[in-house]
Amino acid sequence: MNPDLVRDPLPMPEHPVTPYLRMERIPHVWCPGCGIGTVVKCFATALERTGVDLEKVSVCSGIGCSGRTAGYLRLDGFHTTHGRAIPFATGLKLGRPELLVTVVSGDGDLVGIGGNHFIHAARRNLDLLVILINNFIYGMTGGQNAPTTPLTARSSTMPFGNFEPPFNLPHLAASSGAPYVARWTCLHIRRLTWAIEEAIGRKGFRFIEVIAPCPTLYSRLNKLGTGLNGMRFYHDNAEIRHGADTRDVAIGFQEPILCGKFVDEERPTFSELMDSHYGEVLGDEYVAMPPEGGFLHE
Amino acid sequence: MKADPAGVLTGAHYLDGDFACGEGAMAAGCRFVAGYPITPSTEVVERIARRFPTMGGSFIQMEDELASMAAVVGASWTGTKSMTVTSGPGFSLMMENIGLAAMMETPCVVVNVQRGGPSTGLPTMVGQADMMQARWGSHGDYEVIALSPQSPQEAFDLTVEAFNLSETYRVPVMFMMDECVGHMTERVVIPEPDEIEVVPRRVTEKSKEDYLPYRLNGHLVPDFARAGDGYRFHTTGLTHDERGYPLMSAECQEACVHRLVEKILGAAGEIEHVEEEATDDAEIVVISYGITSRVAQLAIEMARERGIATGSLRLVVVWPFPERRISELAGRVGGLVVPELNYGQISLEVERIAAGRCPVWHIGHGGGTVHDPETILETILEAARAAA
Repeated sequence: MNPDLVRDPLPMPEHPVTPYLRMERIPHVWCPGCGIGTVVKCFATALERTGVDLEKVSVCSGIGCSGRTAGYLRLDGFHTTHGRAIPFATGLKLGRPELLVTVVSGDGDLVGIGGNHFIHAARRNLDLLVILINNFIYGMTGGQNAPTTPLTARSSTMPFGNFEPPFNLPHLAASSGAPYVARWTCLHIRRLTWAIEEAIGRKGFRFIEVIAPCPTLYSRLNKLGTGLNGMRFYHDNAEIRHGADTRDVAIGFQEPILCGKFVDEERPTFSELMDSHYGEVLGDEYVAMPPEGGFLHE
Repeated sequence: MKADPAGVLTGAHYLDGDFACGEGAMAAGCRFVAGYPITPSTEVVERIARRFPTMGGSFIQMEDELASMAAVVGASWTGTKSMTVTSGPGFSLMMENIGLAAMMETPCVVVNVQRGGPSTGLPTMVGQADMMQARWGSHGDYEVIALSPQSPQEAFDLTVEAFNLSETYRVPVMFMMDECVGHMTERVVIPEPDEIEVVPRRVTEKSKEDYLPYRLNGHLVPDFARAGDGYRFHTTGLTHDERGYPLMSAECQEACVHRLVEKILGAAGEIEHVEEEATDDAEIVVISYGITSRVAQLAIEMARERGIATGSLRLVVVWPFPERRISELAGRVGGLVVPELNYGQISLEVERIAAGRCPVWHIGHGGGTVHDPETILETILEAARAAA
């Protein structure tokens, strides 16, 4: 080789979110072009910017590709059962109210098998930050139809195209009572990071949907190209419309994706309602769960 | 340590088994309960829902039993002692996250006030047909601990014991009541707080740098760290290494799952709890549990009046099974009689241990009512005739 071409390796600065990751577990399981890693990066960046005490942050995931998120973040991480990340997180939050409890999981997990928990947690306005990574398909199991698969899109269990109407997730969350509802895509890394940062500062059931490419399954089965093609599609077809009526933000197959912050209201949380109600009816007799939990010290 | 006085309703009360179970949980230090209404268990959480707001406890009625059990596992990871309460149909739904609790080694108590099954079955009437489900109901290999009270007093006492065992072994403990005990009202004496021994959550003394969630520290139950104490640990329902990280290999599976089984079976001698009466010179021994043990007592007394040397062995802890003791009895008695409100569950276990050394007589029906003492008596007499 021409000696002029031999150079010392460039110094490799540490990636800014390295302290937030379990680097010993890298490489991760996600495919090239997958959007989940982008969400992890945005989440870690948002944690860094808010300066929250990381010792008091828990992350819960369910099962599936996005369900692996809890395993890569250097936080108290719980990789739970399929669909049950939200009720598991409910126990964490009520068991130790001082925690910032987050849920990062996929569409099939949170609104397919876990749909009942999703709407009830939103209804109660439990103090949970829920980031749902929506890739329109069951990835881990090989590309089956999801409750989010757009009409006519192909999946391995809808080989002739999907005929089931999908959920409009911001509308599902908002109509169930969520006080904070936003949607971004994996292309919108700054806006997504800001949204997570903002949502960390809010209380109650905060819901952020992130549209993510799945080049291995959704894109392949639907001949949509690589992850890069997916990003190009978002670039050309995502439209930011803050405050949009959530009834209007449903997603059709390869149709424009409306993004933005749709709901940002203040509503008393489950715990606030419990405290104020019991305080009112029980007076001094009411003893709230201590912030550090119902832990019996020796 | 001694019980937190906030949760202890000291005194003599007239309580049903469900209420007594709820009082036992509060005395044991339980401060998180998630539940979903189901007959005949609901009174347990109704009691707790009324009393928790005065002692810093948190009760939430979840949307279903899947969620209830998941919330209990989550809450337990904060160090808060946690429990859920159900009956057969809800118990089936809880199996998913009972498996998670076993795999993550999460202390918690699951109360099942048994009714007749299968499916919706007999919602308001007694059954004992979930005993095998308590042990095997979730998929995969694991071991649990199960207790079976025979009275409201025991519903109190043994609920405290159930929490203590779950804390000691980091395992979900099945509290296998039945509708009769749950709805039976009797005198229940709740001691002073300083007379109630409770096992606190034992958290690790290791530094944040040295701690690994599943590294053993001298015994088969690993050190616990609470969420929010800065250990920033990871835990999963997947087969995992000592770091709590998924590792898909036969070797890791063996290390991970074998310990879940061994930490309970290896300690069976300490966990087992039976109550025996006149077994030393018995010709026939009746093995029973829960409400059936009280019916059996009448039959045993009638058999003695007829000159049959009849002993009683009552399973207070049902799982792990008292194999050694039953094996000793099987080697020298003329027969073992097992009445239970099912078509043969614990009797099969007794047969397995007896291994043909003495006949095992099962007396069962599908539930809805307890046995007639006469039916049990007839079988004792028949067993005695066969042994003669």
